[in-house]
Amino acid sequence: MAQVLSTMTGTVFTIEVEVGQEVKKGDTVVILESMKMEIPVEAEMDGKVASIAVKEEDFIDEGDLILTFE
Amino acid sequence: MTSNTEEQKGYNHKLEQQLEKIFAGGQPKYHEKAAQQGKMFVRERLAMLFDDGKYTEDGRFANCEAGDLPADGVVTAMGKVGGQTVCVMANDSTIKAGSWGSRTVEKIIRIQETAEMHRVPMLYLVDSAGARITDQLDMFPNRRGAGRIFHNQVRLSGFIPQICVLFGPSAAGGAYIPAFCDIVIMVKGNASMYLGSPRMAEKVIGQKVTLEEMGGAEMHCSISGCGDVLAENEEEAISEAKRYLAFFPANFTEPAPIAEAVEAKVGRTLEEIIPENQNAPFNMYEAIDTLIDEESFFEVKKKFAPELITGLARINGKSVGIIANQPKAKGGVLFVDSADKGAKFINLCDAFSIPLLFLADVPGFMIGTKVEKEGIIRHGAKLIMAMSSATVPKISVVVRKAYGAGLYAMAGPAFEPDVCIALPTAQIAVMGPEAAVNAVYSNKIEAIEDPKERRAYVQQKQQEYKEEIDIYRLASEMIIDEIVKPSDLREVLAARFELYSTKTIPQPPRKHPVYPV
Repeated sequence: MAQVLSTMTGTVFTIEVEVGQEVKKGDTVVILESMKMEIPVEAEMDGKVASIAVKEEDFIDEGDLILTFE
Repeated sequence: MTSNTEEQKGYNHKLEQQLEKIFAGGQPKYHEKAAQQGKMFVRERLAMLFDDGKYTEDGRFANCEAGDLPADGVVTAMGKVGGQTVCVMANDSTIKAGSWGSRTVEKIIRIQETAEMHRVPMLYLVDSAGARITDQLDMFPNRRGAGRIFHNQVRLSGFIPQICVLFGPSAAGGAYIPAFCDIVIMVKGNASMYLGSPRMAEKVIGQKVTLEEMGGAEMHCSISGCGDVLAENEEEAISEAKRYLAFFPANFTEPAPIAEAVEAKVGRTLEEIIPENQNAPFNMYEAIDTLIDEESFFEVKKKFAPELITGLARINGKSVGIIANQPKAKGGVLFVDSADKGAKFINLCDAFSIPLLFLADVPGFMIGTKVEKEGIIRHGAKLIMAMSSATVPKISVVVRKAYGAGLYAMAGPAFEPDVCIALPTAQIAVMGPEAAVNAVYSNKIEAIEDPKERRAYVQQKQQEYKEEIDIYRLASEMIIDEIVKPSDLREVLAARFELYSTKTIPQPPRKHPVYPV
């Protein structure tokens, strides 16, 4: 299934999309905070957001699910 | 006289017949299959590679008596590419899938020896299923068997440029040809590298995977790091090989060639590109564009470990190798793969007299159990050793932050860069203000009960810390050599690289360092 995974271990700083939103490849979907840096996580494909698996301030590992596309 | 002419006609006819067979390659059905896969015939590839399509060939008649093995499945040639003499070996996949017999191997060894004697670059155009198992005793274990190809590659490494263009498979032992080259260009969809094929993996270890998953071009160019450039098709792969070659001298004794100077791309200035907030990302590619001749960038390993950008470029026509942190990818933090990527690239540039430009915006090496288990210290040591032992001109530019061992990896002052330049946005420290204040004052911070008071205390300490690492303080202490206005950086770099062109550092009297691999 089409999804976006975390590129890095860190804390979810902000979520930039909502469920149902159309997202283009390269759009930032969440910003993580790790190593005191803001790390944008981008969609690797176009799609419509089906679900978001994280909330702000969640701690996530590299490879953890962030969101799924329809 | 008449009989002489007749005789000549006779033997010329035989020669022409032989040549016709050789130039035709394998059976028509294999040509058709290759065409369906978007593959050119080996001689078409060579015609596209060499200037005016011209080359001289040795061992052309290898195995001609066998009848069905023209040139024994490999063309070995010498000719000019971009005006530069090079040696080439090119597999013919229409003949027994480009597999290696004894003469195939002997031809490859001989063209390597030719490249060594004439001190010219060696190109490997690979499209081969590997050893002909039926011929193994003649080509596998012996002194001048396939192992000698790799032995030669190792001896030639750093002596002449070695370039691999992968058009098809490079299987089992054959996969070491790309591994020992300076650069590997892979054609999307067709190129692959693996020790054991998916069929073998299923039989031996019970794993079911596709060829692309096992060793396809996209996998190797983004995950394993065995591939450096992912080309859309064969034409692009060949033109990228030519573009790459143009940055390099014929061998390590010669200076890198100089191209015509070109202005930088017109766009936003560095002042506009670099955000004031140290923690906010920006796109380092845009910053690089302000420094280099327009369209001169040749990126190496673009999709692999994108948090560190490595690529060849020109500044006022002169070749430079750029190593730059990418704050947009993983915050520019250095990982195991980025360390390896940087180390190999630095070794490459240093071997062929290409000066190095470091653009630092690095929060440090990644921390945590995952990277410690992966041996981040060992991998980081490779990067630092490569950078430290490079004797070409090195310019270190601290664009924004350079924290911890990140400063070391990016050719900080202790590693004898010819100059360590800071932009006014630079911040150099063991760690950033937030982390440092937490580390030093954590007991005191926790002891303050009133949240407002606690916040004020933290802010005050952060402020004091920022003053301590103020870039003018570091310049005043002569830790950094120069502070440059961002929009002047290109000009400063061009002038300094020009002045450093005679740099020589004597090698310490030893055999070689003990590499932390």
